[in-house]
This record gives sequence, structure tokens and C-alpha cells, in this order.
Amino acid sequence: MATFFGEVVVAPSRAGVDDEESAEEAREETPEDREIRMELEKKREIDVLWTLKSGASPESSADELRACSKFIIAIGRNAAAFLSSFILDSVCWEVVGVVKLWNEWCRTSNITNVLPTDSFCLFYRLISDPTVLLCQCSCYVAEDQQFQWLEKVFGGMRKESLQVTILSTCPVADYKTQESTLTLPSPFLRALKTKEFKEQVCCPLLEQPNIVRDLPAA
Amino acid sequence: VYSLPSKKLAVLQIRSPFIKNKYRPFCQTLLSWVKSSKCARVVLLSSSHAYQRDDEQLLGTPLRYLLTPDLEKAVGGLMQELKWKEMEKVAAYPGINDTEKVLHIPGGGITKLLFTESCSKGIQMAVLLKFCSEGDNIPDAFVLVNYLNEWLQLIKSEVSASNNSTDTSSQWKIPSSWRLLFGNGLPPALF
Repeated sequence: MATFFGEVVVAPSRAGVDDEESAEEAREETPEDREIRMELEKKREIDVLWTLKSGASPESSADELRACSKFIIAIGRNAAAFLSSFILDSVCWEVVGVVKLWNEWCRTSNITNVLPTDSFCLFYRLISDPTVLLCQCSCYVAEDQQFQWLEKVFGGMRKESLQVTILSTCPVADYKTQESTLTLPSPFLRALKTKEFKEQVCCPLLEQPNIVRDLPAA
Repeated sequence: VYSLPSKKLAVLQIRSPFIKNKYRPFCQTLLSWVKSSKCARVVLLSSSHAYQRDDEQLLGTPLRYLLTPDLEKAVGGLMQELKWKEMEKVAAYPGINDTEKVLHIPGGGITKLLFTESCSKGIQMAVLLKFCSEGDNIPDAFVLVNYLNEWLQLIKSEVSASNNSTDTSSQWKIPSSWRLLFGNGLPPALF
């Protein structure tokens, strides 16, 4: 989308399928093609490793996950940095999990000792209240991986009495408004909430026609 | 997904492009759901690149329709009464062999795949499409939905006293997602 008046943008096909892509797919898949495709799919699989208690049985780890009552997820480098600067410390929080994934934009690993400049996706738990979980996801989760990420992260949690808060950032230039964004005082907050969320929201709701994308949207 | 139970209508709006190589499985999944949920009819609203029209298609109405054989039996006659134009087939090998004709919907995305699959699966499907160009497609949307309304009569068209037309444009509600489609307001500093 154009970010300023006069910018020329090449728009992707709104038909949803490029003519080249459909011609490509019409060709029969050879066994070699299938093998390559399966390898690629395996490479793009996501692994979520929970390290809830060293030496604990898988059952108790699963129980602990089910007991989660508050889950705060920071997606993107800015949101992850916010948590690092203002919330996380080694005294009150402990690492309880890590996501291992690969895509064209980034690769994460098992290590939990990360630098702020690394791409990572880590889970923390509040020591004083183990039902509070936190996730810092500074890596990009590709479109074909988002559903898997959700299934594997939320799979063990109970949906009832679980409150999820997602923190994310977007460029001001992407904000759609009647006025120009040049003079808009930033940064500013906007929120979206499900109808089940009954508490007060701390900022105005996101106005139409603005949208949320990627993992926060998923 | 939207629904209007009073008219037994469900609407699927596909707002995003497909992940590479996943559009075929998507079509299969969608059509097996159509069959398993015993959906009576499917109407596919679509479009095709205006610039790919041949000389004849440049004249007259830019609207076309297609019916699967199962739906043709039910409503084929109605289309004749409405004087609707069926989407023409084109030569498979233009210039070389003009007798072999195939269905070609350039810019139609998954339209052709859904239609041909529905034909073979015995699904009652109608395709309603308009030839259009890249750009502001809001007027095209109105034309297409009025076309649909000629058949389904979702909104009773008020015959306007001044020009005896059955244009229902003013009765449709414009979605808020159409606001600011072409960018924000201008920075005052520009002037």
C-alpha cells in the first residue's frame, strides 16, 4: 500500500493466484518434486519445547500449562524489547520454553541465553505466580507457520478462564486516517478485543479501516 | 464468513491471497464442505481481466455467467429470460486450431478450478463475473451485486420514477473497510 501521497506501488495480484503459479501447478508432480516438497515442509515445521521443571514428568508439565490464567505475548522486536526493558528480570521470571523454527527470514534455536539482536521466541513464567506466562517472539513467523505456532503453543492450555494479551507494533505510516500521518503525535496505542473480554481497555479501539496482520492477527 | 439466516444465505469473503501451492487443497476442502453440509447452491462472484477481452466481448455488457450442468437444469431458463450472456469459450490454440474451445478466465483466480471441480462433483454452482480493470473497483462491485440481485432478488428494487431503472445502488450499505482505500489525507505542508 502507498505510504505517502505520490508513492508508486506495484500491487500484487488481487486475483489471489498468479497465472504463472496456476500453470506451474497444472504440471504433474514428479516423485522428486514430492520429495523436495516434503523436505521443505519438514524444514518449516515448528517445535515448541517446554522446560517447565527440570526432571518433572511430562504429565505435571502438561498440568502446569493447563493451569495458565494469564498469557502475555509480545510479537516483534519492539514489543519484545519493551518486555525486556520494563518487565523481565532474572529474579522474578524464569524461562520455561522455547520455539524452534526456520523460514526464509529467520531461524531460531534451542538456546535460551539470547542476545537482543537475535531472533528468538521464548516463554517465561512469573515465579511468584506460576499461572502467569509471558512470550517474547522477536522472530518472524511465516504465514504457513502461524496456524502451527498457535496449535502448538495454545494446544496444552485451557481456554476457559485464560486471559491473553498480545503486544505488537505497527509503523505509523500504515495507520489509515482522514488526516495525514505526518503531523500525528506518535507513538500511540490502539486495541482490539474479543467479545469475551470484559475488562476495561486502556486505550481507544482500533478504528476501521485499519487492520492487524501476521501472527497478532492469527 | 457472514450469514443471513432469514434468507438462508451464507457469504464467504476471501480477503487474502493464497499461500503458495495451497490453493488447490483449499478448493478441495471448500467443495467437500459444500457437499457434506448439503449446501443447496453456490454462487461464485468473480471477475476477469478486461484487457483480455476479444473484439466481440468489447461490445455490450461486461457481465457474464456460467452454470454447472446440475444448476443449468434448474435455472437455465431463467437466465434466458433475464437475457444474461454466458461466458464464451476461447480457442485452446488460437490461430492454429480454432475448433477446440476451452474455458479461460484470466485474472479469475480460483474461479475456473472451483467451477470445473463443481461440474464434475455434481454441485449446483453459478459463476457471475464482470470484466474489470485494476484500479478503483467500487463501481464494479455495485454492478456485480446488482447483477446478482436481478436473479436472487435479495433487495426489492425500487423502480425509480424518473428513469424507470431497477438500479438498487443506493440501497446497498457501503462497508467501512472501503474507507481511505487510496491512502490517507494529504499533508498540509504539501501546499
